[in-house]
Amino acid sequence: MSQVKTSPEVTYNAPHSEGTGRIWKTFWVLSALTVVELGLGYFLFLKGTSISPSLILTTKIVIGILTLLKAYYIVSVFMHLGDEVRNLIMTITVPLVLFVWFVIAFLWDGDSWKNMRKDNAAPTKIEQHSVSAPAH
Amino acid sequence: MATAAVIPANVRWWNGGKSPFNASYGKVMMWYFLMSDAFTFGAFLISYGTIRFSQTSWPDPNVVFQSAPGIHGGAPLVFVSIMTFILIFSSVTMVLAVHEGHHMNKKGVEKYMWLTVIGGLMFLGCQAWEWHHLLTGSNAVLVNNPLTNTFSIESWAQTTTKNPWGPAIQDATQIKAAFANSKMENIIELLTNLHGSTHFNEDQLNKLSKPELIDLAVKNIHHVSTPGAIAFGGYFYGITGFHGFHVLSGVVINIVLLIKTKLGHFDQRGHYEMIEKGGLYWHFVDLVWVFVFLCFYLV
Repeated sequence: MSQVKTSPEVTYNAPHSEGTGRIWKTFWVLSALTVVELGLGYFLFLKGTSISPSLILTTKIVIGILTLLKAYYIVSVFMHLGDEVRNLIMTITVPLVLFVWFVIAFLWDGDSWKNMRKDNAAPTKIEQHSVSAPAH
Repeated sequence: MATAAVIPANVRWWNGGKSPFNASYGKVMMWYFLMSDAFTFGAFLISYGTIRFSQTSWPDPNVVFQSAPGIHGGAPLVFVSIMTFILIFSSVTMVLAVHEGHHMNKKGVEKYMWLTVIGGLMFLGCQAWEWHHLLTGSNAVLVNNPLTNTFSIESWAQTTTKNPWGPAIQDATQIKAAFANSKMENIIELLTNLHGSTHFNEDQLNKLSKPELIDLAVKNIHHVSTPGAIAFGGYFYGITGFHGFHVLSGVVINIVLLIKTKLGHFDQRGHYEMIEKGGLYWHFVDLVWVFVFLCFYLV
């Protein structure tokens, strides 16, 4: 089983390891990251009403970073992109850098809409509904 | 990475006669398709984020997704973590199938493709349960009748046009007054579908007078909300549905690959690269779920 069999279009075969150790190691890394994410999710669920908004935001950003780490492991190891030649890696990953700006620009825009909505909101708020609704 | 060690430094990749990406045409095109699909999912999720950021209130995922088969409420993140681990595990079996394919081990490929197909079907079953649970749910919502400017309480499920998870009503007297205005069938529906230890029988409830029903409702229905942002349902069913459709097509592709393996097509061809290409698609489905999990369930 020394020879790795691939398409004849491939010039050089990457040295795929004989064992499956790297796959299982990645599985445990992904599971551990997911468990940490769930732990932070439960932290938000249990303490969400008593901690400061900035701590909530920080926790959510940490969860987001852990998600990006999971994405890196899936793409690099499971999809073997880390084993491809640099040309192929770059042609896939460089266009995806656009997402950095997409996320910043659109969430910024959404937040701006919310602020305009708040500025223009009618004086009646949901809490004030309690004065109406008499029993007929 | 490891590749750099085996490829000589002076290879002229772009001089013709060989693939400049050291990969077959089909595999490169699968990568480009997945990149475009990543932009599609990214656009959906960023659109969802934009609308969510533009609202003054948004449903709390720990309230929306707090049930699992046999658990009526109070267990956020339980069911979705099961779904996540199913998908991670089916990704592992897929990559093991690719590994067996590299070594031309037909039996190994068959075994792991079977496990991957089963994992995909399990995930789809979970999603079907979750959609059914949300679409047939019963939630007490304070609704304003603009003609009479009176408030009553209705029983709402989560659909693409109705979101029962707006800001909660705390005022008990307001809730009581609204129950007095509500239709009896709404109160009966809410009471019969109540989560928790108390259960009501619909036939017995039908025999009660309206004041008795209102009394029962006030005592047992404690969570009353105003209508929430309508966009939530469209984004949730749209994005998880689009992802679920990818899972479904991935399962179909994997079944086709399993049949072709059994028929010995890849042995005749001399390599199992089709398993690798199907695997790329399957891992991408897992990759997207990682982000759907983040955007809808965790934050």
